[in-house]
Amino acid sequence: MGVEGIGARVTRKEDKRFLTGKGRYTDDMTVPGMKSAYFIRSPHAHARIKSIDASAAKSMPGVIDVLDGKQLQADGIGNLICGWMIHSKDGSPMKMGAWRPLAAETVRYVGDAVAIVVADSIGEARDAAEAVIIDYEPLPAVTEATAALEAGAPQIHPEASNNLIFDWQLGDPDATDRAIASAAHVTEIEIVNNRLSPNPMEPRATLGIYDSAEDHYTCYTTSQNPHVARLVMSAFYNVAPENKLRVIAPDVGGGFGSKIYIYPEEIVCLWASKKTGVPVKWTSDRTEAFLTDAHGRDHVSKVKMAFDADNRITALKVDTIANLGAYMSLFSSAVPTYLYATLLSGQYAIPAIHANVRTVYTNTVPVDAYRGAGRPEATYLLERTIETAARELGVSPAELRRKNFIRSFPYQTPVIMNYDTGDYEASLDAAMQAADWKGFAARKAQSEASGKKRGIGMSCYIEACGIAPSQAVGSLGAGVGLWESAEVRVNAVGTIEVLTGSHSHGQGHETTFAQLVAGRLGVPIDSINIVHGDTDKVQMGMGTYGSRSGAVGMSAIVKALDKVEAKAKKIAAHLMEADEQDVVIENGELKIAGTDKALPWFQVALAAYTAHNLPAGMEPGLKETAFYDPANFTFPAGCYIAEVEIDPETGETDIIQFVAADDFGNIINPLIVEGQVHGGLAQGIGQALLEAVHYDSNGQLLTASFMDYAMPRADDLPSFKLSHQNTPCPNNPLGIKGCGEAGAIGSPPALINAITDAIGNNGLTMPATPMKVWQAMHAAH
Amino acid sequence: MYATSYHRASSVEDAVKLRAAHEEGKYLSGGMTLISTMKQRLAAPTDLIDLRHIAALRGISIDGREVTIGAATPHADVAGSRELRAICPAICELASHIGDPHVRHMGTIGGSIANNDPAADYPAGVLGLAATVITDRRSIAADEFFTDLFETALEDGEIVTAVSFDAPEKAGYAKFNNPASRFAMVGVFVAKTSSGVRVAVTGAGSNGVFRHSGFEQALASNWSADALSNIAVDSSNLLSDLHANAEYRANLVKVMAKRAVVAAG
Amino acid sequence: MTKVTLTVNGRAMSGECEDRTLLVHFIREKLGLTGTHVGCDTTQCGACVIHMDGHSVKSCSILAVQASGSTITTIEGLAGQGELHPVQAAFKEHHGLQCGFCTPGMVMTAVDMINREGGSLTEEKVRAGLEGNICRCTGYHNIVKAILAADAEMASGRQAAE
Repeated sequence: MGVEGIGARVTRKEDKRFLTGKGRYTDDMTVPGMKSAYFIRSPHAHARIKSIDASAAKSMPGVIDVLDGKQLQADGIGNLICGWMIHSKDGSPMKMGAWRPLAAETVRYVGDAVAIVVADSIGEARDAAEAVIIDYEPLPAVTEATAALEAGAPQIHPEASNNLIFDWQLGDPDATDRAIASAAHVTEIEIVNNRLSPNPMEPRATLGIYDSAEDHYTCYTTSQNPHVARLVMSAFYNVAPENKLRVIAPDVGGGFGSKIYIYPEEIVCLWASKKTGVPVKWTSDRTEAFLTDAHGRDHVSKVKMAFDADNRITALKVDTIANLGAYMSLFSSAVPTYLYATLLSGQYAIPAIHANVRTVYTNTVPVDAYRGAGRPEATYLLERTIETAARELGVSPAELRRKNFIRSFPYQTPVIMNYDTGDYEASLDAAMQAADWKGFAARKAQSEASGKKRGIGMSCYIEACGIAPSQAVGSLGAGVGLWESAEVRVNAVGTIEVLTGSHSHGQGHETTFAQLVAGRLGVPIDSINIVHGDTDKVQMGMGTYGSRSGAVGMSAIVKALDKVEAKAKKIAAHLMEADEQDVVIENGELKIAGTDKALPWFQVALAAYTAHNLPAGMEPGLKETAFYDPANFTFPAGCYIAEVEIDPETGETDIIQFVAADDFGNIINPLIVEGQVHGGLAQGIGQALLEAVHYDSNGQLLTASFMDYAMPRADDLPSFKLSHQNTPCPNNPLGIKGCGEAGAIGSPPALINAITDAIGNNGLTMPATPMKVWQAMHAAH
Repeated sequence: MYATSYHRASSVEDAVKLRAAHEEGKYLSGGMTLISTMKQRLAAPTDLIDLRHIAALRGISIDGREVTIGAATPHADVAGSRELRAICPAICELASHIGDPHVRHMGTIGGSIANNDPAADYPAGVLGLAATVITDRRSIAADEFFTDLFETALEDGEIVTAVSFDAPEKAGYAKFNNPASRFAMVGVFVAKTSSGVRVAVTGAGSNGVFRHSGFEQALASNWSADALSNIAVDSSNLLSDLHANAEYRANLVKVMAKRAVVAAG
Repeated sequence: MTKVTLTVNGRAMSGECEDRTLLVHFIREKLGLTGTHVGCDTTQCGACVIHMDGHSVKSCSILAVQASGSTITTIEGLAGQGELHPVQAAFKEHHGLQCGFCTPGMVMTAVDMINREGGSLTEEKVRAGLEGNICRCTGYHNIVKAILAADAEMASGRQAAE
């Protein structure tokens, strides 16, 4: 490991621009003639649109035009789709209702876009929006998934009777039922996973520019995957063919999943730019973000976990209802199925598992992947259940887990996944030692003496990331392949551009990807530039989500680098009259092993471009591309421990310590990996203690600002204690597993296990707000 | 925000004149509530008369134990005043927990009490200290000033110019934050003043800030947290929302009152 | 339209705007200083924090006309010629930023915190001082670390100067 290569704590190359205000986000973009857009949104959770009258608004100061859904449909703009086909257990395909970018006949959630006002300024656009008269006929609404399934519930899409999208299962129901029937002990529990709003700090924004001379569109947008946005807008939404559409995702201020999807606003602003003849920019405010950014989680599950007389788990049965909101968002169907039920074995050898999942339409914001996506739901369910079982069985929660750990690899679970490698006990031991688990009883006694309740809880998580082998996901219904592409361009002077289909919106790719190249070639990190986020520059890409940029995106770079190195070695061998097998690349030189012959990197690059003296038949230039399709998912795993102190008078939870012991395989940059864990933990702790989306019974969003939706702040959180126990992933060239989501996946059950341990009431649900904890304590006594 | 016209007043007289000329106008002090409300199009004053640049409205003067805080004095100045802290640390503590550091640099005591948000901190302090609200035309006792949610005794066009009070023998403030907004979900100010013990509660009451006579009587006979243990808090007139129902708020009122007494010493 | 005149990052600047224009929009759109961000609409997130007449303020909750005549420092004005301010340097050194969106507000807040309480900051004080700034990426761990490191660095600088 060099000072700038793999494994080094390199500070980030991109930091200077962010620290000096020189970041360039979508809302920072201006082009001549640009106008502002304001979206008129439904104030009703469910209603028929009887008429829209924009005549008065169109003559207001500064207004360019007001456009609605009928016009959009007349121009042939298509409906938004879900790109992952799931079949119900009866073999029928999922029931996808129409999602129009601008609703024309029916609105299905508060915030559903109805019309766009384009004006000189956002103030004028908003003034005019108030003058657009829309006559709605309100319809009954339903927001809870369980209620939406009941007979007589409001029907949201004609395609999905009883609002049921699909009724899907995974695993062996008979074997599971048999094991439960013959069990020595069965733990039963209902698990609720609270609905969350992702809230990246940069609100979504888009700038649509139509060039009539070239009949060409440019879309600046806050996207985690600009190529996917272009693909979907071309192939499904009829915005423009791919060669006529450039999508640029510049600096993006966080995503956490919510910026994967193509939303109505990108489509409508591009279309509106053509209709009005001016570039159209829209920037969400925070209230709009709450009303329209895809939400996360929202599961209700019934769980049975069976044990034999020796406390070995013999079966797990799960019945889940997942709320998908008013429309099926781009990857919504995959989240509560293949990203969820496939992880229900956790770190445990469970011979029989059966999961049944029903997904449901409600009059709420569409639900899709949010940091962890399905895996936090699986982990929370499993880790709350095993903790409950330990309490019921009267055994140590750590020892019950230890007894049931998977210990030999590869391990085939009953729910598709084949775990490649891992050492769960190593993380458990490390976490317990870091938390001074043994000293807890004494600390608890101290707390009791000062009138406080102290609790400790753990969570052993596993997740699947490095998404994903294309053939495998294709067979499970995915509409796209999930490989990644890279291009390594060596310039004539030896500096290097790496073009990647991954997208960095906080992950630090400009540094870690450059470290990889610097380490391989021994050239300075400053001579390497990472280029991403522009469909005109990067050949193709599937973007960043599911902790895939390292395991998949960097593996593509490795493949391209292999090709570049092979060609460079050929040139060097030719120039130095040696055998190509004897050429090694070290410290920025190509050397002939066992001799003192060497050529600096830049000289070989220059030779490739001057082409004065290349091996016979070789093409000039030094630039290679590669596509990498992973062989398997990767399986990061770890153990988290939370210790809390509760103020019984107020119900307030103080996190005394939070310990994370993770196995991410090999690590490129520990500084960045730690940062990813910190951020994930904060979001997981936020879910456990603070965050929840609430609707009233009419479908009005009650938590539509930071005044009501509690975001974790600095004084809500402790400093974290981190460690790593790494078993390298055998399935990718770098041995890395992915670290972006682990913190959000593993932390919620650790917290709730700790709080329920402290207060002695296991019925507590997330978020454990002071009021709920106080109520639970009073109910317990 | 709807269109509005801005006027910067150079003196109190100037402000009153400007306000009189604009029937649908509003005074603007730090703007930490008003501008936010206007951004959400929930308020639409045609004109804003800015008081922040009137020097006479700014500053803290102390004469013995008599304290006068100019209406346009930012929370940060109250929180940071050593002279004030020496005789009435509770009001400095209260000010130091309003909003966040940036809000404290702009928000003012006059703006806060004139707005009378049910979750604001200052109304508890002003009521708890039996302060006098001084306006351009009269003096109003705190007991008369806060009338209902977002309602005060101020007449149309009347400007709060200062708040004055005698430093109490003892006082303390304890606040339990709303986990999302960080406004007071319950805040209790207790004071032992020359005119008796006063307990003022903010964040909790359906009609805004209120005094708790049961607590006042108990503390008058025994100034200790324990004295409050057996006094009931009626939840029937308390706010209920997502973060705290009335029953939980009633509990917090007692817990915060006890902690305020402990803080007061 | 009203003329607004400010001293921004040491330079006199002016521009015309509607009275309803927020200071943050004036700075971003009229002055072209896009480092100051808007992350919410309820004065909570702190992405818009700048210094006005020496104090940190939320520029999303102040009208440009209210600020007219004042002296303003934005994130663009913090660093010297080519050199990062110690707080900026500490954020880089300790990985106190990820997506960068809340970063300008965090840095301006940290500088204000050190201006007011420099030399006496503790983890608890720093966390309390960040009450008006929301970050969704870092979990605050490294932001807190960076501010404490910058405070120590600047305090030792002051000592050396004395």
